[in-house]
Amino acid sequence: MVSIQNLHKKFNKNIVLNGVNLDINEGGIFAVLGPNGSGKTTLIKSILGMVIPNKGVINVLGENIKNNSSYRNKIDYLPQIANFPSNLKVKELIKMIKDLRTDTNADERLIQLFKLEPFLDKKLGNLSGGTKQKVNIILTFMFDSPLIILDEPTTGLDPISLIRLKELIQEEKSKGKTILITSHIMSFVEEVSDEIVFLLEGEIYFKGTISELKAKTNQPDFEHAIASILTDNHA
Amino acid sequence: MLKILKYSFYDLMRSRWSYVYFAFYLLLGIVLLFLNNDLSKAVITLMNVIIVIVPLIGTIFGVMYYYNSKEFTELLLAQPLKRSSIFLGQYLGVAISLSMSLILGLGLPFVFYGLFKSNAIWDFSLLLVTGTFLTFIFTALAFNIALSNENKIKGFGYAILLWLFLAIIYDGLFLMSLILFEDYPLDKLSLFGTMLNPIDLSRTLILLKLDISALLGYTGAVFKKFFGTDFGLILSLLMLTVWVILPVLRITHKSKKKDF
Repeated sequence: MVSIQNLHKKFNKNIVLNGVNLDINEGGIFAVLGPNGSGKTTLIKSILGMVIPNKGVINVLGENIKNNSSYRNKIDYLPQIANFPSNLKVKELIKMIKDLRTDTNADERLIQLFKLEPFLDKKLGNLSGGTKQKVNIILTFMFDSPLIILDEPTTGLDPISLIRLKELIQEEKSKGKTILITSHIMSFVEEVSDEIVFLLEGEIYFKGTISELKAKTNQPDFEHAIASILTDNHA
Repeated sequence: MLKILKYSFYDLMRSRWSYVYFAFYLLLGIVLLFLNNDLSKAVITLMNVIIVIVPLIGTIFGVMYYYNSKEFTELLLAQPLKRSSIFLGQYLGVAISLSMSLILGLGLPFVFYGLFKSNAIWDFSLLLVTGTFLTFIFTALAFNIALSNENKIKGFGYAILLWLFLAIIYDGLFLMSLILFEDYPLDKLSLFGTMLNPIDLSRTLILLKLDISALLGYTGAVFKKFFGTDFGLILSLLMLTVWVILPVLRITHKSKKKDF
């Protein structure tokens, strides 16, 4: 699905990714974890072509992404901070994104699911953080792409929306899609993900299932397993 | 690219500033015509205003639009769109909407005044063409500056400096170099110097067409002597085109390598 070979990226002198090799197979939910500044977002943005790597090759669905834009038709991306043009209405934004990609009717169901009808005619600049995130989720899930990338999808969501989001993720998984998630909410990661990838200082420290991680670190629960990696490496 | 252009254009058409800019030219046109009562004199005054104001507005609007639409750009970058079409679409959106404000704002009062019956129509059209060129040039330069500077304040600063340099300081330096080296033949140098500044180039272009020797100045005279009026016109229009193409090429080049 996604294969990354020897990916290097630095911003000025700050080395963010230092030789990442990663293969993500088709189907299932993968969580990319790591402390702040470990390069999670940079990794995801490299897959999306928003960050240009200094070195390395990335293939998405068998296509090399260098100087390519059409492969993004097969990716749905949920950005970390929902920044939208503030003078646009929600309805107009949804229409515009559909116009830029492909037409779909899935947005109607999603709008109902997240109870966004009263906000359709409001401008995006006047929405609260959580509501913006819901719009963000609709824009991501309304297309039917084989690869879904979610960068901190839970930010600002209320408990009901969080449950809906989890259901939505499971639903997409059952269609055989590949889902890539980053999150700092460990309970969320533990609940949804099949496999985790742990990034530390620009390299992949661990890749495998949660039970493998627990065994490796000798910790009874997931949160402590992650914490033990961090304390062992920073002490 | 056309879709991006459409959305950028639509976005700008709804913004207050396009109307302010349009109203400014409308007012300028009306005031000049009805106070002057002479079309060709109005054209000359207009030239002096256009040559300074159009680059300023193009620069500021270009930088402002780029920084303000950062979020929009990031949203677009994750979509299956080419980077070059995102940025060229936005650039053309800004440049075309500014040019429209200029052309309509100045055109309307002149049309109502009876432009089509006057023989100043060609001078006036050339004025609008030059104004459009300057808009395209300075918006492209502004986009270049904004693309190279993450920091908004720095970007604005450089953009204003660029305008100040090309509109005012350049002329001063140019004049000083002519005085300093007056013992040497300066024809080639001054021709070259004019070509390197789109504002000077536009001024020379319009004055060549208006054929006012008193206002032509040294460079203009050299230009006329060297190329003659017609060839001079074509050459300066060509140079203005080059001035549009080069910054636009750099926009596509720079945008391909940028991280977001």
